[in-house]
Amino acid sequence: MEQTVKNPADGAPDYNFAYLDEQTKRMIRRALLKAVAIPGYQVPFAGREMPMPYGWGTGGVQVTAAVIGPNDTLKVIDQGADDTTNAVSIRQFFAKTAQVATTEKTAEASIIQTRHRIPEKELREDQVLVYQVPIPEPLRFLVPRETETRKMHALEEYGLMHVKLYEDISRHGHIATTYAYPVMVDDRYVMDPSPTPKFDNPKMNNMAALQLFGAGREKRIYALPPYTKVKSLDFEDHPFEVQTWEDKCGMCGARDSYLDEVILDDQGNRMFVCSDTDYCAERQEAGHRGPQHHDQPLGSADRGKAAE
Amino acid sequence: MTQMNEPLLRVEDLTMMYGDRVGCKDVSFELRPGEVLGIVGESGSGKSTLLRSISAQQEPTKGKVEYQTRIDGVRDVYQMSEAQRRLLMRTDWAFVHQNPRDGLRMNVSAGANIGERLMAIGDRHYGNIRSNANSWLGKVEIASERLDDLPSTFSGGMQQRLQIARNLVTSPRLVFMDEPTGGLDVSVQARLLDLLRGLVHDLNLAVIIVTHDLAVARLLSHRLMVMQQGKVIEHGLTDQVLDDPQHPYTQLLVSSILQN
Repeated sequence: MEQTVKNPADGAPDYNFAYLDEQTKRMIRRALLKAVAIPGYQVPFAGREMPMPYGWGTGGVQVTAAVIGPNDTLKVIDQGADDTTNAVSIRQFFAKTAQVATTEKTAEASIIQTRHRIPEKELREDQVLVYQVPIPEPLRFLVPRETETRKMHALEEYGLMHVKLYEDISRHGHIATTYAYPVMVDDRYVMDPSPTPKFDNPKMNNMAALQLFGAGREKRIYALPPYTKVKSLDFEDHPFEVQTWEDKCGMCGARDSYLDEVILDDQGNRMFVCSDTDYCAERQEAGHRGPQHHDQPLGSADRGKAAE
Repeated sequence: MTQMNEPLLRVEDLTMMYGDRVGCKDVSFELRPGEVLGIVGESGSGKSTLLRSISAQQEPTKGKVEYQTRIDGVRDVYQMSEAQRRLLMRTDWAFVHQNPRDGLRMNVSAGANIGERLMAIGDRHYGNIRSNANSWLGKVEIASERLDDLPSTFSGGMQQRLQIARNLVTSPRLVFMDEPTGGLDVSVQARLLDLLRGLVHDLNLAVIIVTHDLAVARLLSHRLMVMQQGKVIEHGLTDQVLDDPQHPYTQLLVSSILQN
C-alpha cells in the first residue's frame, strides 16, 4: 500500500505514510509477528535512524509506524503525562507524517505509545500498547556479554536474576528494585518490562490489549500477546509487592493510582498527584477533589498554580 | 559399595591440538570418588589445556571424557546437550580458578556469591539461601559479619576461600582446581591447603588439581601425573613419584626443589 502524506514545506518530497518506507514497515511487522509468537523473546530487527535521538523513543516510534493505519487514533504518554516534551513531539510527528487522529483520552485511543507508564484505566482488546524500551536485556547488568545472555535465555538459566533480588534484600531489607522489575513471561522467558514502575507490573499480567516493546538503539522487539501470563520474580519469603503511598492525589483524591511527588517550595512543602494525567482529569470532571484542588480550570499549565 | 569402586571420571586418549601445535596428547586416566589427582609440570607443559578439556570448557580434538552422573549413569560429557553439560558444571562439578576474580562475581556480596549456585538450581527461599551461605562462610573460616560485604573488600586468601565456598555449596562430587594457591603468600597458602585437605576429606570430594608447586601436590594429592610437552611422562602414587622419580625430567623437577 503506497500512500504519501503531503509535506507542508514547499518543494520538499512528500512523506510515505507514517514516515517509514513500506519495506521497512514490512520488516518490522515480521519481527513483530515473531515476537508475538514467542512471548517475551527478544527479536532482533534492522532498526532505522529516526529523526529524533536515541533515548527519545526511536524503538517505540518504529513499532508504532509499522502498526498504525489511517483510521487509528494515537495517544502518546511520557511518565503517564500527555503533555511532556517527549509525548508532544511524538504525537505531532505522527499527526504530521500519518495524519492520524490523536487524543489524550485513554479510552478513545486505538494505539497508545508509552514511556514508563501503563494507563490506570483498564485497556481493551481493540487497543495496542507500544512501549519505548532503553535496555531490553534484563540480564545485562549482571552479564555484559550478549552471546552469553542469549545462551542463558535459550537454556532458561535465570538463577542470576534472583542474585540481583537477593542483593537488594541483603542491602535494603526488601526488594528495592522499583522499576524495570524483571518478569517471567508465560513460564518461559524472563523479560525486562522497560523502565515502567513495578506498580504497573500486575497490569501486564493477563492484559486484554496487545503489548509491543521496541528498543531502537539495541534494535530489539518483543511482545506480549493479549491475555499472557506475566509474573514478577520474587522469593517465597519476600513476595512481590507494589509501591504504596500514604498520601492521596492532591488534585483528584485518588488512592489507587501511581503518584508523583511534586516539590512546591523550599520550605519542605510538597504534594502528590496522579502520574496519569488523563485518569486524574477524568476523575476531576466526575467531581472528585483532592486536598490541594482549588477548583481552578483544569490544564497542566495551571496545575502548579492550583497547588499554591 | 560397588559404586565406590566404579570410576567417577574416565579420560581416554585425550588429545588437544592447536593447529599443528600439541596442547596435550594421548592422556588417559581414571578417577574414583574421593580421590585427589595432582597434575604437575612446568609452564606450557599442557596442564591447563588438559584441565580445560576434561572439565568441558574446551572440546578436545580427539578422545573421550566420561563421567558417572548421578541420574543418567556414565555419560560422555561432549555428547551431552549443552543444557545438560552446563547444569552438570554448576551442580555436580566445581571449578576453582587461580585468580579468585575469575571465579567470583565481584560486584555482589559474599552471600550472593555463595547463594548464586543455589538460586541457579531453583532455590527461591531467601532465608534458606542466606543461612546456607552463612554456614558455608563459617566452613571456610570467614566471619559471618562479612556476609554482606563485597568480595573486593576481602584479602586474597579470603577471596580464594570464598570462591571455594561458592563452588562447594551445591555439594559437587568433582572439583577442578587450577593453581588454587597461586598468588598467595606462604602462610596463607598453608592455611588454605589445610582447609582444602579437611574439606576434601569430610565431603569425600574427587579433585583434579593442577599445580607447578610440588609441595602443594605432595600435601593434597593421592596420585600424581607429571606432564612434559603435552604428554604424561610419569604417573603414580604421589609419594612414589616424588620420592623415587623414574623419568629423567621428573628427577630434574624433584631435585630442583630447594632442600632444607
